[in-house]
Amino acid sequence: MRIKQLLIGITASVIAVSSYVEMAIADLKFPMLVYRTGAYAPNGIPNADGFVDYYKMINARDGGIGGEKILHPECETGYKTQVGVECYEKNKKDAMVFQPMSTGITYQLIPKATADGVTVYSTGYGRTSAANGKVFKWIFNAPVTYWDGASIAVRHILKQNLGNIKGKKIALVYHNSAYGKEPIRTLETLAKKHGYKLMLLPVDHPGQEQKATWLKIRKARPNYVLMWGWGVMNQVAVKSAASIKFPMENFIGIWWSGSENDVLPAGQGAHGYKSLTFNAPGSNYQVHKDIKKYVHDKGEASGDGSHFGTVLYNRGLFQAMVQVEAAVVAQKIHGTSKITPAMYRDGMENVNLSAKRLEELGFKDFAPPFKNSCENHGGSGLAAVQQWDAKAKKWNMITEYMYGDSDVVQKLIAEDSSKYAAEQKIAERCN
Amino acid sequence: MSVELLNFIETVLNGLMSGVMYSLVALGFVLIFKASGVFNFAQGVFALFAALTLVGYQTGQVPFAHLINELFGTNYHNWYASMPNFLAILLTMVTMIALAWIIERLVLKHLVNQDPIILFMATIGLAFALEGVGDLMWGSDVKVLDVGIPSGGSIWLEEATIGLAAEGSDYYGMYVDVLNIWATVIAVILVVSLALFSQYTKTGRALRAVADDHQAALSVGISLRSIWILVWAISGFIAMVAGIMWGTESGVQFSLSLIALKALPVLILGGFTSIPGAIIGGLLIGVGEKLAEIYIGGYFETGALENWFAYVMALVFLLFRPQGLFGDKIIERV
Repeated sequence: MRIKQLLIGITASVIAVSSYVEMAIADLKFPMLVYRTGAYAPNGIPNADGFVDYYKMINARDGGIGGEKILHPECETGYKTQVGVECYEKNKKDAMVFQPMSTGITYQLIPKATADGVTVYSTGYGRTSAANGKVFKWIFNAPVTYWDGASIAVRHILKQNLGNIKGKKIALVYHNSAYGKEPIRTLETLAKKHGYKLMLLPVDHPGQEQKATWLKIRKARPNYVLMWGWGVMNQVAVKSAASIKFPMENFIGIWWSGSENDVLPAGQGAHGYKSLTFNAPGSNYQVHKDIKKYVHDKGEASGDGSHFGTVLYNRGLFQAMVQVEAAVVAQKIHGTSKITPAMYRDGMENVNLSAKRLEELGFKDFAPPFKNSCENHGGSGLAAVQQWDAKAKKWNMITEYMYGDSDVVQKLIAEDSSKYAAEQKIAERCN
Repeated sequence: MSVELLNFIETVLNGLMSGVMYSLVALGFVLIFKASGVFNFAQGVFALFAALTLVGYQTGQVPFAHLINELFGTNYHNWYASMPNFLAILLTMVTMIALAWIIERLVLKHLVNQDPIILFMATIGLAFALEGVGDLMWGSDVKVLDVGIPSGGSIWLEEATIGLAAEGSDYYGMYVDVLNIWATVIAVILVVSLALFSQYTKTGRALRAVADDHQAALSVGISLRSIWILVWAISGFIAMVAGIMWGTESGVQFSLSLIALKALPVLILGGFTSIPGAIIGGLLIGVGEKLAEIYIGGYFETGALENWFAYVMALVFLLFRPQGLFGDKIIERV
């Protein structure tokens, strides 16, 4: 009797597990590489919350993507490259897309994901030359790259100086990692073109102590300081700049150095600090209303909901929206809701987020339109400058979205990607 | 005076000030090591935990709010708008004493007579556990810490030194952050108080007796357990001071726990058992790394010497004086 009961139990379990597996395969898996712990958690958490809230909203409001629910398992990387690679290996089966949230992890995943046939989307970070879709079939970094960012910052400086920055001194304070080093090449090329002097100032992880760096800046007196920082490095840099009385309006961070976290500890000293951005701050967009209605009001907010509308939360929304849109496009192209990772890649390559489409998705005026193509995985290359108002404690957009120096950037992308193609023996496509 | 010389003095001054900040962390290590022979890997996390707790009390944050709300479906975040700094610091001190007591009851008590490596491993575990508890209790956001200590470049020093440069030279005074001056004053008060406490109070003498010889101290009736609680509480207090200084500079966030890494070369240089060693070691490391970054950093393609040069100094020092400048000489009898 007992054996019979046991057999029935085992059979029931097997049926239950297999039906779950079947259901899980039918769902669309968007694994999340997050860092909710460790030194970079203050940045990782709002960003991850943005992703999760958007996925939850799509599942609740639309019943998923084309009827397929989104699965979004999280894997904690702690912003550590080797852990990120482990997370990828653990989650790559049936994964639609990976968003590594780290340039270091992205560099490691490029050859792996290419071999495995998995899409990697590094939104505005990662390897810049991955924008060349002819070489990097599985990698996307739209809507804008670090090299665009570097040249947009220089363009902003040019505008302030009526087009002439010959003899000016520009310092780059950067996180001493693959991420921080990314803009150096572009800035060096632009220095030759415009005749400014470039000063390179690396800061080691985590960047808690930067006194010597800012003493150097105080002595050298650069006209402008650009920053490629992340985590505590940003807060210390902004505070140090204020402390040495560096004119904050001449201090410009990349889009990962422009969140509320980065400026609040410096108090009034941060007033006037600028950063680039490719999405707007605030919570008055339709997507926020939907998230509030379908997620937060039901007590389903990711975390405590306190990051709602902040810069990094909004960036998470934007990143998640592009990833979901790629699935929508893939379903349309292939005429099925049950898409495979290969089909998903096709969707990502054909994403066309026009102003009209952004409005339909609840992102009207949230970000500039962009589209991917076989050749271009880097999007529009548009970014704007935002400035911190310490009294009102908010970011204000102070410029229109602008392009970088495409002549310089495209040439560098072509050079770097051809080198990579030769090393990896990749034949160019899209011909 | 030439601008170069003034710049050199400025670098040395800033190095000394940074060194004081490192010494504040190193002091906590030394106290615990002296009294219990434990190298407390969790000292950096102590500083983080103290700073998190202080901000939590200041802003009226409900501890474990996220967990409570998740479990009971409530929506509690703050129970009052703000608390005076003095009261918040006092409550944080009480919390750090309670933490010392808990550590003694839950960890140290069970590891008496174990090898130092076991105790060291226990503090590694403690570091991770405390970091997790801190996260659960107060959240991972960057928190602004303001206890009224001024910060920013000293205008007085700038104006006082601007005239020192040769006439016509392009010089606008010496820079030192006021926060660092305050840290120096506080560190001096702390060291003098500790010295007076250990020299002239009964408890202080008991503490020194335990540091010298556990068995002998036990034989004259000194309670090892209460001394350990006391030492961990004092190092918790020092961690709070370090947390306040570092947290005011960068905001309170989890990378604060990594300041412990700044204390290691200080300890190697100054010795693990000497309070003056922690101060002198800190000053040497501070000056060394700032001079290295500014004057030889440019010769290295990768730059960023500031972080690792301290370890190079410590390694070189280890070759010549393994016990550190003021550490007890290592004598092994065969």
